[in-house]
Amino acid sequence: MNILFYVASAVAIIATFLMLTRMNAVHALLYLIVSLLAVALVFYTLGAPFVAALEIIIYAGAIMVLFVFVVMMLNLGRAAEAQEREWQRPSLWVGPSVLAVVLIAEVIYVLTHADTRMFGAEVVGPHQVAQSLFGPYLIGVELASMLLLGGLVGAFHLGRRLEEKR
Amino acid sequence: MATVPMMHALLLAGILFALGLVGLLTRRNILFILMSLEVMLNAAGLAFVAAGARWGQADGQVVFIFILTMAAAEVAVGLALVLRMYHRTKTLDADRASEMKG
Repeated sequence: MNILFYVASAVAIIATFLMLTRMNAVHALLYLIVSLLAVALVFYTLGAPFVAALEIIIYAGAIMVLFVFVVMMLNLGRAAEAQEREWQRPSLWVGPSVLAVVLIAEVIYVLTHADTRMFGAEVVGPHQVAQSLFGPYLIGVELASMLLLGGLVGAFHLGRRLEEKR
Repeated sequence: MATVPMMHALLLAGILFALGLVGLLTRRNILFILMSLEVMLNAAGLAFVAAGARWGQADGQVVFIFILTMAAAEVAVGLALVLRMYHRTKTLDADRASEMKG
């Protein structure tokens, strides 16, 4: 099981990196889906099977399907790919990348000098999650429902067909 | 189940978050910016789940479910805005959305 975690982590990192370097939006989306599936496997190895299922169903399923639909509706062609290549000149991405690498190097330094206790020996199943979710976190569930309602209304309002104003 | 050091899971979350941050900073296409945001949110959720697993508590997973909800709402509104912007400007260039007028 230990090796599963490391293989899935490597797949997630490589897939995310490839997603960032793609020029074609559909290719990037496919790599992102692979990355999310790998993270789901990581969740499973960490002893969180319920969240692993949610990751696949909602993230890799619902949210990514939304992205795919939007890319299809935009109908981007080869011209968009060429334009993307034009936008990604090295002078534009070297600076932010170097700064982000410095930040992650600091995080790695801090974490490799932290405690090395092992974890993940026990499984936290759906039962415990539900007990917690609908017990002490009930107010959060209510707020999440209001957030979803706001998202629904906002997406409907923004996405409706434009009428000619004049 | 696997016994993985806490820091390795947090390292994975940190690396994924940094990758998302790089994408957010460097891409100009607004679709890629949204995708990078998804990666960052996912990495934050991974950190929560890892911390929850460290102490064998369900709280990390509960917070991940909230993050999932938030990501879904954010992506629905964000993609509707992308469609609206594409109809208006015929481009996905985030820089072209600099003037906001009625």
